[in-house]
Amino acid sequence: MTPGLPSEATPPVADWRDAMPSNRHRYSYAFLDEGAKREIRRKMLKAVAIPGCQVGFGSREMPIARGWGTGGLQLTLALIGPDDVLKVIDQGADDSVNAVNIKKFVQRVTDVPLTTDTAAATLIQTRHRIPESPLGPHQLLVFQVPIPEPLRLVEPSERKTRRMHAEADYSRMWLYLYEDIVKFNEITVGARYPVIVNRRYLMDPSPIPRWDVPKLNRGEALFLFCAGREKRIYAVPPHTEVTPLSFEDFAFRVEDFHGRRCERCGAGHSFLDEVVDDESGRRTYSCSDTAFCDQRSRQNRQGSR
Amino acid sequence: MKPILRVRELTKRYGPGCPDCFDLTGAGQGTNQCPRCKSILACRQVSFDLFPNEVLGVVGESGSGKSTVVRLLHFDFEPTAGRFYLDLKAGQQSGSALAIDPDQDLFALSAFHRRRIRNERMGIVYQNARMGLHLKVSAGGNIAERLLMAGWRHVGRMQSRAAQLLEQTEVPVRRMNEPPRNFSGGMQQRVQIAKALSTQPAVLLLDEVTTGLDVSVQARVLDLIRSLQQELGVATIVVSHDLGVIRLLTSRTIVMRHGCIVEAGLSDQILEDPQHPYTQLLVNSVL
Repeated sequence: MTPGLPSEATPPVADWRDAMPSNRHRYSYAFLDEGAKREIRRKMLKAVAIPGCQVGFGSREMPIARGWGTGGLQLTLALIGPDDVLKVIDQGADDSVNAVNIKKFVQRVTDVPLTTDTAAATLIQTRHRIPESPLGPHQLLVFQVPIPEPLRLVEPSERKTRRMHAEADYSRMWLYLYEDIVKFNEITVGARYPVIVNRRYLMDPSPIPRWDVPKLNRGEALFLFCAGREKRIYAVPPHTEVTPLSFEDFAFRVEDFHGRRCERCGAGHSFLDEVVDDESGRRTYSCSDTAFCDQRSRQNRQGSR
Repeated sequence: MKPILRVRELTKRYGPGCPDCFDLTGAGQGTNQCPRCKSILACRQVSFDLFPNEVLGVVGESGSGKSTVVRLLHFDFEPTAGRFYLDLKAGQQSGSALAIDPDQDLFALSAFHRRRIRNERMGIVYQNARMGLHLKVSAGGNIAERLLMAGWRHVGRMQSRAAQLLEQTEVPVRRMNEPPRNFSGGMQQRVQIAKALSTQPAVLLLDEVTTGLDVSVQARVLDLIRSLQQELGVATIVVSHDLGVIRLLTSRTIVMRHGCIVEAGLSDQILEDPQHPYTQLLVNSVL
């Protein structure tokens, strides 16, 4: 009898999955195999060692589509442990489709507790926002990045952009902003505002609004960025200088919400989304960070009681 | 007087090369391609000096290696062999604080340093405006790019500097915010000149500036170059196959053929009393 083939005496298992102790054990802890996790962690260490520098890595095939946060998800899975508390946000919201699906998936493969409370989370995966409440040194923020190369806007060739990074030649990006000022008399970049990290590398902070860019500068938490499709990891370690590109006579500005308040919690110092009422056509505003808004509303209710 | 720029044994080879390359090519052999290994020696062991305030002409037929020499000096690509020295003190002739050791071979420097030297101490004007300018970026922006590279961070000051340069080079300042692709060929060349002069370079390289322009525009551009050169006193290398340009602009000339310098001397002397048979042919074949 050929070794390795099941003997005819033992009845074949109807479905091999039924032979497994439980569904969860079909994959290793946190979905990725240990080798993949080790590689991603190694690349993260390199990224932390050279702030703002893009480090290539072997992006794995994930059970969500490329462009839906596979980069951020791989970092989350490589970082997560049983003691972690996970929060996932999508443009500030805890309950939008992208965030919910990633949360569900990570919980299924790790069983970690989930939270919407920013302060309670140890690991936060985010799409295009930084939470309003300040982050602490025990927290990790993982960004989903569509285009990791800030120079892609001005130079399509990867070879040339790498050369520009090597020589710290960012004049083309500066020129882009200069042209913007000449045309519109202001810098019109809304999201993905280019920043210089640690006075060396030009970095794409992922499409966060300008409002969030100052939060990267000398932050307490570790910021990790990953683009799954483009296979790049980069990082901003705590207490690292992050400066947005700006001219002496055209300084960097965040969005102006002067005179506007969140309709729900009354906040006048958070990033606001515009909401247009379909029937009356009235424009109102609400916090983009839902957890922040919820917390404030709760406090307001308690205060009025 | 000490030369501002020295080039020694500059060689650029395309191809694998073999021990016989140097013996089998050159003006004496009548080819720049080695018959054994098929390598092309675009320029071979070219040495010359450039003095302050001087305009040096480089003349020769197409394929003689004259553009290669100039573009090697601009660090556009790497030479196979050779040394290149610039003797400039900080602040000399320009606002640049960049000092260059006169005994430092610039080809041995890092890409980062070479880029800084190129940007702050040299200016180049190409035959094709597409190589020197971003045709989709405004004319003012093209000039600002060089200033940005040199560390300028004030939009208003950059704009006034660009306007001043465009006025100097006779480009209508009201068209400053238009992209050069809307401009005529002569105007594009003038924008290139403005860009090259924006950081007050100590060395200006002109690579076939007027080729492809019609005669009246040629005359205007040459006139402009001559007056700017006299005004600014910038040491200039003019590459051209047009002896008229050489006669008009230069004081000293190098004649190149098959990658070699075949004759060098004062421009008047070379044009009136050429010694080398190739130079004689060149002078005689002017229409």
